[in-house]
Amino acid sequence: MGVKYQNSDELQKFADRIRLHAIRSMHASKGGHVGGVLSLCELMAVLYGKVMEYDPENPRMEERDKVVLSKGHCGPVLYSALALSGFFPEEELLTLNQDGGHLPSHCDMNKTTGIDMTTGSLGQGASTAAGMALGKKMLGRKGMVYLILGDGELNEGQVWEAAMFAKQHRLDNLLVLVDWNHQQLDGYTEGICDMGNIENLFRAFGFGAVTVDGHSVEAVEKAIVQAAAEKDGIPKCIVLDTMKGKGWSVTEGKTGIHHIGITDEMMAEAEKEFAGKEL
Amino acid sequence: MKQYATDMRTALADTLIQLERDNDRILWLDSDLMASSGMNKFREAYPDKVINCGIQEANMFGVAAGLSEEGFVPFVHSFSAFASRRITDQIFMSGIYARQNVRIVGSDPGLSAGPNGGTHISLEDMGILRTLPGTMILDPCDPVQLKAVTAQSVDRKGIYYIRLMRKSKDQFYEEGTSFEIGRASILKEGGDLSVITCGTVCVREALKAAEILEKEHIHVRIVDMFTVKPLDREAVLKAAAETGAIITLENHNIYNGLGSAVAEVIAEEGIRIPFKRMGVPDSVGEVGTLDYLLCKFGMDGASVAKTAKELIEKKS
Repeated sequence: MGVKYQNSDELQKFADRIRLHAIRSMHASKGGHVGGVLSLCELMAVLYGKVMEYDPENPRMEERDKVVLSKGHCGPVLYSALALSGFFPEEELLTLNQDGGHLPSHCDMNKTTGIDMTTGSLGQGASTAAGMALGKKMLGRKGMVYLILGDGELNEGQVWEAAMFAKQHRLDNLLVLVDWNHQQLDGYTEGICDMGNIENLFRAFGFGAVTVDGHSVEAVEKAIVQAAAEKDGIPKCIVLDTMKGKGWSVTEGKTGIHHIGITDEMMAEAEKEFAGKEL
Repeated sequence: MKQYATDMRTALADTLIQLERDNDRILWLDSDLMASSGMNKFREAYPDKVINCGIQEANMFGVAAGLSEEGFVPFVHSFSAFASRRITDQIFMSGIYARQNVRIVGSDPGLSAGPNGGTHISLEDMGILRTLPGTMILDPCDPVQLKAVTAQSVDRKGIYYIRLMRKSKDQFYEEGTSFEIGRASILKEGGDLSVITCGTVCVREALKAAEILEKEHIHVRIVDMFTVKPLDREAVLKAAAETGAIITLENHNIYNGLGSAVAEVIAEEGIRIPFKRMGVPDSVGEVGTLDYLLCKFGMDGASVAKTAKELIEKKS
């Protein structure tokens, strides 16, 4: 069942390893969607390091938990979690975006072992995840579908179509995880298309919703375990209060970091920075 | 015109009821159009196999893609305009790019949506779908053909787009006629010119044209190209070689549909014959009866007969 971590210190180290490998991976392709990748590292650590049922030896196992990373441009963080969980060798992370390779910038279920749904056109993962959750229910299959949405992605109307659908069909095996990192490509979300209180929005659409510190592995784990356990016919949403570019001094607390180049010098600095964390 | 026992939509419901007996993974997803699609009959037989998504075509397609990933064979339905142009990116990414299996049923295609006017008239649906890689496009003309091709489609992989003239009972084929997706059907033999066409509306007009021409001892071949993609190239080449002139007639813009597909074959093979695409000449539709619209765009049987004679005169 993959790599599992017992305590929060180990889990945080796993999150930082995911972070470092994702930066290395994006450096190998000279840059990437760094901001939204780094805000998801703790979530990935909790999912793949603690709560999810999966088998890297049998990645298509029918009753596994599934992840739909609807903000598909953040593929590198998921690839990093998959490689460190045994789905494919870590060295392959350095083939990101290579010609003919199997790690495209946006998630592709037909190219990468362990990817459960193709994403990249924002909003669409919400619907495919809802369909997968409904399909699991109709077939009596175990397993959750974890749908990861960006906060900017919530601008897409299709997200809300899917939310209505999930409520109507009582998809309590669908867990929405919103990466509320407060920024979209062009700037702060509230200055572009303000979604207001995201937790309340999902409540209004019939979800059970909570907001937690998305960089606290304990808080994220607790919220996920609780939401996944509630089989009450109500779909759930966890709003992860995060920071775009979290955990790397080059990007943490900065703007304009949706997609940046990573030079060899920046990578060398990153290696030094992460060496201090004793991962 | 011979009339079938049921209209097209009832024939489709009956077919799905029959198919469900052998394949319990078949699902029908609708967008608050169950009464229009005639699928309440299917729901009565298999209530658990119908998902009425409400008025949300984009989500409906995405949900279907997700259900496909879990092993289902979903059909999704909306009026053809909304089953194609409204959800093109969903068809592309969640369907084609993710390699899922979804059958899209687009009802009231082309000018047959006339009473609802230009907003609902889809003269670009086949063009959009034809450009998307790997798709299969079916425009069956009668209940007999619809039943056969629907049954064939469920055993195959990929994205199918099926045009459905919901309320038509027109019957052009005898019950039990066999069809093969990708192979044209010859509805009428003739050696003077070929009309390559598809779908209820245009097959009907092509046959009217043939009748007019027969009275003048002109014998045209009617090629029913019910699979618009992948096109039966051989049937086009045979029509060119054996009749020496081709008209294409489609309930669609003359760009990017059947006419364009046939023209590609003719051009690539270097065939020099009189050739004319008939259909809607790069225009939007408007409210009106089908007969009015067919005449307005020069797609009625008399116009086809007239054009046929002009082409035959040009044959060397």
